[in-house]
Amino acid sequence: MELRSRVPDGPIEEKWDSHRFDMKLVNPANKRKYTVIVVGSGLAGGAGAATLAELGYNVKCFCFQDSPRRAHSIAAQGGINAAKNYQNDGDSVQRLFYDTVKGGDFRSREANVYRLAQISVNIIDQCVAQGVPFAREYGGLLANRSFGGAQVSRTFYARGQTGQQLLLGAYQALERQIGKGMVTMYPRTEMLDVVVIDGVARGIVTRNLITGAIESHAADAVVLGTGGYGNVFYLSTNAKGSNATAIWRAYKRGAAFANPCFTQIHPTCIPKSGDYQSKLTLMSESLRNDGRVWVPLAKGDKRKPDTIPEAERDYYLERMYPSYGNLAPRDIASRAAKRVCDEGRGVGPTGLGVYLDFAAAIARVGEDAIRERYGNLFVMYQRITDENPYRVPMRIYPAVHYTMGGLWVDYNLMSTIPGLHVLGEANFSDHGANRLGASALMQGLADGYFIISNTIADYLAAKKLSAVDTTHAAFKEAESRVSEMTKKLLATKGSRTVDSFHRELGNIMWEYCGMARNEAGLKTALEKIPKLREEFWREVNVPGSADTLNQALEKAGRVADFFELAELMCRDALERKESCGGHFREEYQTADGEALRDDEHYAYVSAWEYAGDKATPVLNKEPLEFEYVHLAQRSYK
Amino acid sequence: MNLTLRVWRQAGPKAPGKMVEYKATEISPEASFLEMMDVVNDELTLKGEEPIAFDHDCREGICGSCSMMIDGHAHGPNQGTATCQLHMRSFEDGATIFVEPWRVRAFPVVKDLCVDRSAFDRIIAAGGFITAATGGAQDANNVLVPKVASDLAMDSAACIGCGACAAACPNGSASLFTAAKITHLAQLPQGQPERYRRVVEMVAQHDAEGFGGCTLHGECQLACPKEISIDTISRMNRDYMVAAAMSQEEKVGGGTG
Repeated sequence: MELRSRVPDGPIEEKWDSHRFDMKLVNPANKRKYTVIVVGSGLAGGAGAATLAELGYNVKCFCFQDSPRRAHSIAAQGGINAAKNYQNDGDSVQRLFYDTVKGGDFRSREANVYRLAQISVNIIDQCVAQGVPFAREYGGLLANRSFGGAQVSRTFYARGQTGQQLLLGAYQALERQIGKGMVTMYPRTEMLDVVVIDGVARGIVTRNLITGAIESHAADAVVLGTGGYGNVFYLSTNAKGSNATAIWRAYKRGAAFANPCFTQIHPTCIPKSGDYQSKLTLMSESLRNDGRVWVPLAKGDKRKPDTIPEAERDYYLERMYPSYGNLAPRDIASRAAKRVCDEGRGVGPTGLGVYLDFAAAIARVGEDAIRERYGNLFVMYQRITDENPYRVPMRIYPAVHYTMGGLWVDYNLMSTIPGLHVLGEANFSDHGANRLGASALMQGLADGYFIISNTIADYLAAKKLSAVDTTHAAFKEAESRVSEMTKKLLATKGSRTVDSFHRELGNIMWEYCGMARNEAGLKTALEKIPKLREEFWREVNVPGSADTLNQALEKAGRVADFFELAELMCRDALERKESCGGHFREEYQTADGEALRDDEHYAYVSAWEYAGDKATPVLNKEPLEFEYVHLAQRSYK
Repeated sequence: MNLTLRVWRQAGPKAPGKMVEYKATEISPEASFLEMMDVVNDELTLKGEEPIAFDHDCREGICGSCSMMIDGHAHGPNQGTATCQLHMRSFEDGATIFVEPWRVRAFPVVKDLCVDRSAFDRIIAAGGFITAATGGAQDANNVLVPKVASDLAMDSAACIGCGACAAACPNGSASLFTAAKITHLAQLPQGQPERYRRVVEMVAQHDAEGFGGCTLHGECQLACPKEISIDTISRMNRDYMVAAAMSQEEKVGGGTG
């Protein structure tokens, strides 16, 4: 497989501009002759679908939720970065670019990241024009706050509901196009296969989740904005429905999967409380602007937090990383939390927790100011834990949150299947081995509003596509493949529920491919996962039938894909014999326990190519070069 | 905890429905209401019965998927709480709990506790937006928005579109939902050009969907998981009256959206 990144020549600050000039255009009268399928209606897919329709393309947009407004982007809390430098604190496109490349531990593509930083400023303008109610100062100007991994305040926010407000902006733009008839919306519809004809993506096969009908949709190009795969771990901060099925089935049709082992464990989540637990809830990183993270100095100190004197507390992030303190990046803060808990200094009933304490901030600025900044998060915390965080420190622990890996894309966001484009968390492109806080919203909207709308024209105008409709044999083949799988899942009627398998898979992944990984553990996982997968296909019990709303059936198909993806993640983690960002291999660390990269051997994107169900996937490498940000050990000390 | 559930079961939009009794045993008080439902569904599955269908996704009170009438209250007994954020510690051990779907003419039942809320999407498509195609925006700080206006807009924009307002309303009115979006956009300078056109078109769509009229019962604001105030409805009504008094030309002046 040839990986052509198609990064334009020229100085980095001119690449996107000159590329836009060099790309072919589709004239306005011709756009309506093209149909584009967009799968997913979150920040990336929703913004993309709306923008493509505004330009005049016929768009068909699909989501599995009952409304495009419910895509999981809605749950993003803290904010969105942009290099506006409204605070006059030294920010610039150059600095956002630098922070993101460094934050990603030098495993992202420089040209993509630079473009992201450039576009960041347009995103804020666009969202304000749409009526997104960002936080304001009294004079009416936009307010900012700080986020991890940066020493400037460049994060725009709408209370603790930034993702919701940005998504509603995109959703409203999308609904406007639906109202005008430019977008046909297919809610409660799940994509189950990509159809490739003459080597290019020409459509998808879907299941109508209400009637169970398997349907084909043909198009001139397909765009996936279907999010990440954190739910491989069963417990994560993702929504219950978030899944990898769209990108995984695209992988099995020839799209390379890049850096599957790069997963982000978020340091500030509410700890797990029992086996019935169905998901973990994030407490926004923005809380670390004012909250101080600590554990008792002594092992096994079970005193109530307010009775532990200052001198017997260890504010370990402030101690270990004095220049970034509580705003150390996520991978680093998560590992530090794991370390103090492994030492026996964790708090709460399970010992897997650390304090996030607002007492100092409340004393400094008052309870009202804290309520103004984080009110809804405090309420959310209190609902779940029945504790009042204004009085007692929050207890937090790391949890799976985001996946930096995803389908490999070139500079135009096109996968290795021509005509199949991938946006947002579903692709791998901008965050390297660790994503900085408030950068996912930025990337989703950059891809959706500003990049795909330009690059898709280059594909469509350059390609002579033959007329294809859904009677083509390739659609029929995909439909029968999908129906067969559904039949098989329903016919098994074994002794275990889908969730029981998913939970067990999650435990294996958390244990062996979670915050810390090592060769022996990954090899163990690679033995356990196929065994469990076999048992799944033998023993799973999927009740009900195929011709109705059947939530267990939906789940079963997604979990079947998670099994296969989990194996690829472990394989990738095993192959990458270095530590970088969220990928921490215990064998490769510095004397003080920091990630030890190996740039000589591993400065590449691993792009895995499907080779058949029984065959080992093929590893392709896209070398990474760093011309503008010099390779250095990442330090936040 | 051990509980008795009486749950609405309905195989499909046209099928007749009925309440069916289930036992939920050894439930942790720390579990959420939906996690309790998961436990019941796992047991049903292993017994060879069909699990209870219910909408849910984020399970942290923001996506607006979950939608259950619990003991006659939309989203259950606690205020400012979506079903997914409701924990079993809010119930007495041994209690009998009634669980039903939203009962609103404009939200037909899809299956069991799932309803079709696409009427809300159509109300937004009718005018719940600012016409601002990607690319033409000026610098964000060129639009000054007083903090008070921005805060008020945000209070309304917090709506999660769950439909509890309509489910709680004796008239089956979705005025709170509609008014929340109208208020959000009408507070902002960017929302002014289409302000009066928007209110007319959204209200017309609301009525066309079969939602009832508002007679200010106030049940909606008590049921709203985001505690959106009924004041928004007064704002909507005022804008609607202003719009009615305006000439057609002024009303449609906001663009061709």
